[in-house]
Amino acid sequence: MTPVVLYLAQRLTALILAPLVIAHLVLILIAVEGGLTAAEILNRTQGSVGWGLFYGLFVAAAAVHAPIGLRNVIHEHTRWTGRSLDGAMLVLAVLLAGLGARAVLAVVGTP
Amino acid sequence: MTTATDSEGGTLAVEIWRGKDAGQFETYTVPQRANQTVLDVVTWIQRHAEPALAYRFACRVGVCGSCAMTVNGKPRWTCRTHVSKVAGEGALRIEPLRNLPRLKDLAVDMTPFFEKWQRAQGRFTPTRTRNDPLTTVSPQSAGRKAADAGIECINCAVCYSACDVVGWDDGYLGPAALNRAWTLVNDERDGDRAGVLKAASSGGGCHSCHTHGSCVEHCPVGINPTAGIAGLKRWSIVELLGGKLP
Ligand code: SF4
Ligand code: SF4
Ligand code: FES
Repeated sequence: MTPVVLYLAQRLTALILAPLVIAHLVLILIAVEGGLTAAEILNRTQGSVGWGLFYGLFVAAAAVHAPIGLRNVIHEHTRWTGRSLDGAMLVLAVLLAGLGARAVLAVVGTP
Repeated sequence: MTTATDSEGGTLAVEIWRGKDAGQFETYTVPQRANQTVLDVVTWIQRHAEPALAYRFACRVGVCGSCAMTVNGKPRWTCRTHVSKVAGEGALRIEPLRNLPRLKDLAVDMTPFFEKWQRAQGRFTPTRTRNDPLTTVSPQSAGRKAADAGIECINCAVCYSACDVVGWDDGYLGPAALNRAWTLVNDERDGDRAGVLKAASSGGGCHSCHTHGSCVEHCPVGINPTAGIAGLKRWSIVELLGGKLP
């Protein structure tokens, strides 16, 4: 992937992430302030296509955004660069996507 | 403002880097003069105190771009920097430019700086011969205005020395080379503008810039490389979406 593709992907995912992060934080506040139990939360999320899409998009954007940024930071501040770094960042992306997908399924999947 | 006489008579304590990577500061006492530049001070030391002192200059009037050094921690063109502006309590500390290999004392090797101009394709590609008529370019066109804003670069490497990303990433082309690329992609006479954009947006190119503007702050001729680099980023995205850039 060329630098311009990575640059664009990182900016686009940042645009997606910004409102999602705020919504996520607001949700946490509402849940905590409202004293919702885990069971009550799951009641609302299980089987919900909307929450599935919301958190699915969140995970996908984070899985793209974080490795690109981390790759830049590592490249600038250490001697690690080249294919091995790209490979490691790809593994990180897959890991983030996998773990995130597992979490989303746990919240929206029906038992 | 310093008048013609108010700084006469005193002395300056001037610390100068002697050596290459290994070396030390040596302190010289230099008579203060009205309207004295930092380059005047260095020259005085070489002529009167330290004949072996290595430094570089040519025009003495801010045109050639060869006299840049680090003065009290900041990169500056020394021939146009008045001592009264930077010396504070009458003390000066002069070092070679940052981010370039040191040669001796205040002289650095500019090779990597100029090699990166070539890597960014910072050179004009002609399309006509001397027998063709001249191209008519409107000074009012948007492209010409953008090119004009960056064209007065004197290749002094002050911005290159001020850029942290250059310090972190050996491969980063740096503000001057990218500014030159920006003037070329805006120059309608250039025969390979697509090639310039490609070179300037490949690895170590415009997308590595953090937009923190240290280059703008230090450029002695008031060029804004950050704006040009942002322009390259925008242009590269347009070309990518248009299928013209891989
Ligand atoms: S704006 Fe870009 S080129 Fe200028 S100093 Fe900062 S990182 Fe370097
Ligand atoms: S952009 Fe300014 S600071 Fe950089 S090399 Fe050109 S004149 Fe010097
Ligand atoms: S000596 Fe030429 S710019 Fe300073």
